[in-house]
Amino acid sequence: MAEIRKSEGFIDWLDQRLAVKAFMRVMMTEYWIPKNINFLWAMGVVLVVLFGVLLVTGLLLLMYYKPDINLAFDSVNYTIMQEVEYGWLWRHMHGVAASATFLIIYIHLFTGIYYGSYKKGREMIWITGMVLFIAFSAEAFSGYMLPWGQMSYWAAQVITNLFSGIPLIGDDVVIWIRGDYVVADATLTRFFMLHVVLLPLMIIVVIAVHFYSLRFPHVNNQDSVEFDFDAESKKFLEGDKKASKVVPFWPVFLSKDFFVVGFFMTIFFALVCYQFDFAMDPINFEPANSMKTPAHIYPEWYFLWNYEVLRGFFFDIGGMAAMDIGLIAFVIANIVFMILPFLDRNPMNTAPAHKRPVFKYWFWLLVCDMIVLTVYGKLPPTGVNAWVGFVAAVIFLGLFIALPFITKHEAKGDAQ
Amino acid sequence: METCQKRRDFIGMALTGVTVVGGACALGAMKKSWDPLPSVQSAGFVTVDISTIEEGEARSFAWRGKPIFVLRKSTDTPKNEKRDVVIGEKVFTLVIGLCTHLGCIPSYDAKKKSFICACHGGVFDASGVNTFGPPPRPLDIPPFKIAGETLVLGEEGEEYKKLIAKKA
Amino acid sequence: MREIKILAIVVFFTAVTYWGVEPYAHSQMHPHVAPADFSFKEIEPLHVNGNVDNGKALVEANCITCHSIKKLGFEAPLSAEDSAASYGVVPPDLSHAGVIYDKNYLAGFLKDPVGATKLSHKFGDAKPYAMPSFSFLSEQEIADIVAYFGTIVSTKVSNKVVFEEACGRCHSMKYDALKAQTPSSFMKSYLGAEAPDLSMMIRSKKAEYLNTFINEPLKMVEGIAMPRVGLTEVSQNQVISYMQSVGDRKKAERESLGLKLIGFMAIFTLIAYLWKVKIWKEVEYSASFSPFLLLNSYYFFRQKNSLILRLFCSFFYLKFSLKLQINC
Repeated sequence: MAEIRKSEGFIDWLDQRLAVKAFMRVMMTEYWIPKNINFLWAMGVVLVVLFGVLLVTGLLLLMYYKPDINLAFDSVNYTIMQEVEYGWLWRHMHGVAASATFLIIYIHLFTGIYYGSYKKGREMIWITGMVLFIAFSAEAFSGYMLPWGQMSYWAAQVITNLFSGIPLIGDDVVIWIRGDYVVADATLTRFFMLHVVLLPLMIIVVIAVHFYSLRFPHVNNQDSVEFDFDAESKKFLEGDKKASKVVPFWPVFLSKDFFVVGFFMTIFFALVCYQFDFAMDPINFEPANSMKTPAHIYPEWYFLWNYEVLRGFFFDIGGMAAMDIGLIAFVIANIVFMILPFLDRNPMNTAPAHKRPVFKYWFWLLVCDMIVLTVYGKLPPTGVNAWVGFVAAVIFLGLFIALPFITKHEAKGDAQ
Repeated sequence: METCQKRRDFIGMALTGVTVVGGACALGAMKKSWDPLPSVQSAGFVTVDISTIEEGEARSFAWRGKPIFVLRKSTDTPKNEKRDVVIGEKVFTLVIGLCTHLGCIPSYDAKKKSFICACHGGVFDASGVNTFGPPPRPLDIPPFKIAGETLVLGEEGEEYKKLIAKKA
Repeated sequence: MREIKILAIVVFFTAVTYWGVEPYAHSQMHPHVAPADFSFKEIEPLHVNGNVDNGKALVEANCITCHSIKKLGFEAPLSAEDSAASYGVVPPDLSHAGVIYDKNYLAGFLKDPVGATKLSHKFGDAKPYAMPSFSFLSEQEIADIVAYFGTIVSTKVSNKVVFEEACGRCHSMKYDALKAQTPSSFMKSYLGAEAPDLSMMIRSKKAEYLNTFINEPLKMVEGIAMPRVGLTEVSQNQVISYMQSVGDRKKAERESLGLKLIGFMAIFTLIAYLWKVKIWKEVEYSASFSPFLLLNSYYFFRQKNSLILRLFCSFFYLKFSLKLQINC
């Protein structure tokens, strides 16, 4: 039992009961971040802000949205978009923020790969981050279904259909997921449940674990060098702030984050009000029609590289059906990022990519390949496009198969 | 003390076992809540009148939320013993109108006598057999029963059972 | 400097991806088509001036047996249900026909309705079109009818009325409580497809597409059941404006609030930058033009930061965010 004394003010009163001062020290004023970082380190906070935007705008949309196939489209496109004061603003912000979240996740992800922030004690940060990527993907997929437009329906139809690829029980699994033979009202309402409650709760918990997992290995820096955080923080606390290699999370690290967030939000609002087609596809402004497939179906841009790996294999190879090869490649593509820390056979070397002789080529090739997959995932898969997609998909898989060998070779080089 | 520990362990294991069984039952019940409702499972029967379909015409009907294509073959349309639905003099192709690749709805081109899927260029012939592109198998045949000049979709009639046997 | 380089790389890859996925991909999916042709070139234009009085007599003798002309007090002879049952579709009201449709198109339509509407793939001898051909009338008589139609109404037509007369017999506008005049059950057997509700069409297709599409539907969608209706450019713009007012009512508010939101965030960013500079000044060495330049420049190259550079960056970012404001 804490010894309760007469308090010297409100903060002291709280501190005696909740240890708020110690909490502030641990979480903010004595949470040490390296000084040697660039604005890419701000992406995490940008993601927290975007998640906040999605949550708040989501709550407002939730007030008027009706999860019923007969009511959903009009509740969004008539009530929210044209009747509710600022309803259009919340909807536009929600859609653009979802898309922007993925842009920032990809930048954040590639930053981690570039600077080796997935190794040497940071594996759990990486893995929880990849779990968040998958959770956000599921959240985006379930959310997209809700307006019940043509794209909502057909994307749901095509993607739930994929599960029929599971041997033996595939067809039954598809019906079980949908709650009906085709995507229908039962599907809409259960994905509403996932989108509004289950996945957000899961995301919040995993974010907490992600933040926790940062504490022991400490945040990485631009040169990926380790230094003595205790010594450096001591220097700072003793007054030699300029010589210290660390800064406190609050107010120093966050002050730069606020600036980056402001810069980002300026662009964000320009997109929300003037350039939103990339996030709010016009085809989805047509009410869902189960009897009419749109001429072009495609997922949101952030799924395109995945989609292209799936359909990149368009001819049978060695007796195996093209569809099955594609499905297996698709599953591998999703798992492979998760196990990246273990594919890198040089786990103790955390140099940034520009200091690693072969890895830097691997990195930029991966970035370019994923962009090619993304663009070709949108194009009609006919003629030359199909071949480009096939080659890009093979390169993607090849890069991850090659990684253990490249890094093993690098490790030998380091050892000499 | 030894016997106390052993009894404590045994009771501990028994408690774990009971909890696991309870948990499994709870999960099983939750799994069942996801299953299609009885109204959905029973609504799977639809009667369609195909007597007015002209030669060479492909008509679409809805069954279990899916489009069903009924194509009445003309004399010059190639026959397919394993898949044709024959009613008197008339020969029909009866298929679920969902491309077996990723589920888009193909459209029938009367000139080319093929079902063409706009999504990824898949082509099925007039009998619904996949001839080009990514579709891995022919268009699926729905369960049906012939009743005069109408079809009852959802019921597995004699003719349906014969067709399924022929494919295998 | 390094951060500018990193930003440039991030912006580059983002821009390439955006270009590929948006403008480029869409140009591949929707190849360029010829722009709208409001002259209806292939229809033989009228060569004579019409006589309005004779036109009035002809219209009363031929048209009002099926069509209503509400502005003249002629109601439709059959109810909507009965018209739909008899003809397949409800004949449009003709009050503003002389104003909203192109005159040459009207003449061509009277002589050959199926040809003018480009519905020969739907109607012909096997399935007659609801509107009969009036090619038995002389060129002069057709001109008289067209001239008379032009005189029925003198006031400007509202956007909504243009829509109702040109589109409303097949299409509903749910969000403006407008039901299609022809019950939808008849549409399927008449044209082989139901005419979709148009409430959100302005956002699913956008004005540019609709402009070409309404002028000639078959150009954009092969085998489509929608007829070409022969609207003049002005009337077609009115229809699109009406669709805009129903499907995207908040556009003006969105565009004006956008400026304010961007402006606010730009100011926030500037002030956040200034606060950041103040805070980081305490923790970083900075170069200055003082006698300690040599010493400071050592730390400058270690920290790669300077007051001059910071000022340049803040100016650059301010300019950048202002640029967005101006361009919008």
